[in-house]
Amino acid sequence: MTTTVRKVAVIGGNRIPFARQGGAYAKASNQDMLTAALEGLIARYGLAGERLGEVAAGAVVKHSRDFNLTRETVLGSSLDHATPACDLQQACGTGLQAAIYIANKVALGQIDVGVAGGVDTSSDAPLVLSERLRKSILAASFAKTPATRAKALAGIRPSDLVPAQPQNSEPRTGLSMGEHMAITAQTWGISREEQDELALASHQNLARAYDEGFFDDLMTGFLGLGKDQNLRPESSIDKLGALKPVFGKGEGATLTAGNSTPLTDGASTVLLGTEEWAAERGLAPQAWFVDGETAAVDYVHGDEGLLMAPAYAVPRLLARNGLTLQDFDYYEIHEAFAATVLSTLKAWEDPDFCRDRLGLDAPLGSIDRSRLNVHGSSLAAGHPFAATGGRIVATLAKTLHAQGPGSRGLVSICAAGGQGVVAILEGA
Amino acid sequence: MSDTYSSLVNSPIGARIAGALGLPKPTELRRYEPGAPIVPGPVLLGGHGAAPLAVKIGAVLSTHNVQVLSDPGQHRLGAVILDLSEVRTPADLESARAVLAPGLKALGKHGRVIVLGRPPFDGHKDPALGAVRRALEGITRSVGKELRGGGTANLVLVSDGADGAIESTIRFLLSGRSAYVSGQVFTVGATGATAAPVPDSWDRPLEGKVAVVTGAARGIGAAIADVMARDGAKVVCVDVPSAGDALAKVANRIGGTALQLDVTAEDAGARIVEHCARFGGIDIVVHNAGITRDKLLVNTDEDRWRSVLDVNLLSILRMNEALLGEGGVRDGGHIVLVSSTSGIAGNRGQANYAASKAGIIGVVETMAHEEDLAARRITVNAVAPGFIETEMTARMPVATRELGRRVNSLSQGGLPIDVAETIAYFAQDASAAVNGNVVRVCGQGWLGA
Repeated sequence: MTTTVRKVAVIGGNRIPFARQGGAYAKASNQDMLTAALEGLIARYGLAGERLGEVAAGAVVKHSRDFNLTRETVLGSSLDHATPACDLQQACGTGLQAAIYIANKVALGQIDVGVAGGVDTSSDAPLVLSERLRKSILAASFAKTPATRAKALAGIRPSDLVPAQPQNSEPRTGLSMGEHMAITAQTWGISREEQDELALASHQNLARAYDEGFFDDLMTGFLGLGKDQNLRPESSIDKLGALKPVFGKGEGATLTAGNSTPLTDGASTVLLGTEEWAAERGLAPQAWFVDGETAAVDYVHGDEGLLMAPAYAVPRLLARNGLTLQDFDYYEIHEAFAATVLSTLKAWEDPDFCRDRLGLDAPLGSIDRSRLNVHGSSLAAGHPFAATGGRIVATLAKTLHAQGPGSRGLVSICAAGGQGVVAILEGA
Repeated sequence: MSDTYSSLVNSPIGARIAGALGLPKPTELRRYEPGAPIVPGPVLLGGHGAAPLAVKIGAVLSTHNVQVLSDPGQHRLGAVILDLSEVRTPADLESARAVLAPGLKALGKHGRVIVLGRPPFDGHKDPALGAVRRALEGITRSVGKELRGGGTANLVLVSDGADGAIESTIRFLLSGRSAYVSGQVFTVGATGATAAPVPDSWDRPLEGKVAVVTGAARGIGAAIADVMARDGAKVVCVDVPSAGDALAKVANRIGGTALQLDVTAEDAGARIVEHCARFGGIDIVVHNAGITRDKLLVNTDEDRWRSVLDVNLLSILRMNEALLGEGGVRDGGHIVLVSSTSGIAGNRGQANYAASKAGIIGVVETMAHEEDLAARRITVNAVAPGFIETEMTARMPVATRELGRRVNSLSQGGLPIDVAETIAYFAQDASAAVNGNVVRVCGQGWLGA
């Protein structure tokens, strides 16, 4: 067969409002939330009973029983159950990577339409048996005689019965993401004030988007929640300034609960397909999914920050598409921490970094900050890890559609493991 | 919402006690199932003079294997159809008595009585003619109150020249779709069109139509969406974003779409039109979204007053501008509004609500006479639900709720589907000559009748 690359349309999206850990979705599972997000998407675009090319989604915090989370979600949805599904996982890059995966299949003509999504719960997290208990039980189950079984079980101590607590740290460094970020923030000299200002803008932008009804066709309420639970429209520089640092040490500690994303629960989905598929259903593409790039940095042995990979991914993506950093109408840089965004922007402005690390003749330069995260981002909305990519792609697509054909948007999402996923969208 | 009283008096012991005490004994109503016969038994046709309407109806019924009788004989009748379109003086009413007396005696369970006449005043100058025509209403309403066993009686006033456009109304009244409609006066051909097309299938009369239903997330609105989809329509379900998950469930259940918006938003109508562009336009609009903010008038603050009027009435006027504009409702479309018996009779603690619901009747009356809409063959009608079993009535105090259920000719509350069926009947192209009607779905409630 001959393969031609087709344009991929972002047709629309749907997410559920994000809830704070232990909040409105405390008892909802990943499958419950992903199903709710998918059902809202199906309802918005009239997909009930349709067989789609594929649904790809994932979760970062995942029970072992959810090995087929996305397929199970499809089976519990109103889609034709002959719609295949797969689970993807790339930490906080999961949602965007799922969109790239679906977009690539559409581009190559393997499917005409698909859904990319992501979900995460920090409330319904799996608890893991202690390593000693797990080993003892496994040994007992493999035992061939009652005596050896009894011996295996006899090794269990009361302290083994305490489950291992869920951890939010990098396996290779033992440091939490916040601790890693604090190091990077210090390296780049990011001030507390800058971080609080970015956090405040995120809340203000998100609150304004709600007031304007921007999310009416991007979101479907779930379990009584109609807005992101973390949103603080009444937040102020003074209130943010009063918070005590939670990551980092001493004088230089600047990361607070206000300028770091809280643990949240939620899910998002995006509908991607060909222009023809959309036209047959009378649907108008919101944006074109132009290209995506993934980068990784060695934060373990190298001296790069854990969340700095997007700084490397973006120039590679720009070069491939013949664009400069200033060629965009909107920028969506995931606010894992306010300092993540600020460090990344600073790195792109820094001649040494751009020359030594990125191998560029000149720095990428600054961006117009009034075009950054214009409808709020993770600091205000919250960040259910795998759900963030879908939130950003759908939000940016709608923003670009309003701006008009040819407008351009850049997505940048950092992920655990020193990875980063970035993409370019164009208004349709 | 379970009706404990109904289950009780329909149990063997309960039935005896109720009988001894003379308590009302509600019958479970016959409701429509797709594919059901037009009427469950033979139909007695009678009337005065040549009874031209009865002749027409008899011809249609015969082709659908319905047994048509001129004498009840030993039959258990499914319906009595009485054509009094040719009565000239009150003395002619003997024809009514002569048909109804034996007819009602032979009428089976869930029986239907349909009286046909001409509008009392249509330009003539004869008081006797006006009198006898209006008398039909008195007969029909009294019969409705005399019927037992889930029977209903309704009057259909057919204007001159609209005799060929009555089939949808007759079918509606004979079928289980009209289970909770009794004591009502329907007009055919009074304003607008006097002809109506026959659908390819009477089981799917809305096939291929695009219907917008506001307030579709729950209760009556969800039932309207269900019935519209069952009848063949592609349904656009509209409700506020905060009801989004319930709305999505309804939309996905019926293969429709969900559109989250607040009907009071300035651009609500435009956004509905924009959403429906994917289907190429709109054929049916059901303005169902509504709220209550009950308080005695003396205690009603500005916010309660304004919000009810804004959601229930002003939003409809605003949306209609866009909905009837470019890319909106197509020629031959149908607009259906939801009024309320509170809007007709008034209700203690509901001055704001009654104002909005009476206002809806005013909207219907005005729009039904608009020449522009008539030229575009767009019909405008309303239903006025009485006591309907919904989440809203379930929250009523027990005594109020029981009273609401019993003070009607069918001694029970209606179901959301009963309201939906009447709306779907208005929404049919076959009802093209049904325009400017306000039909109560109230089991012939005794309040404000």
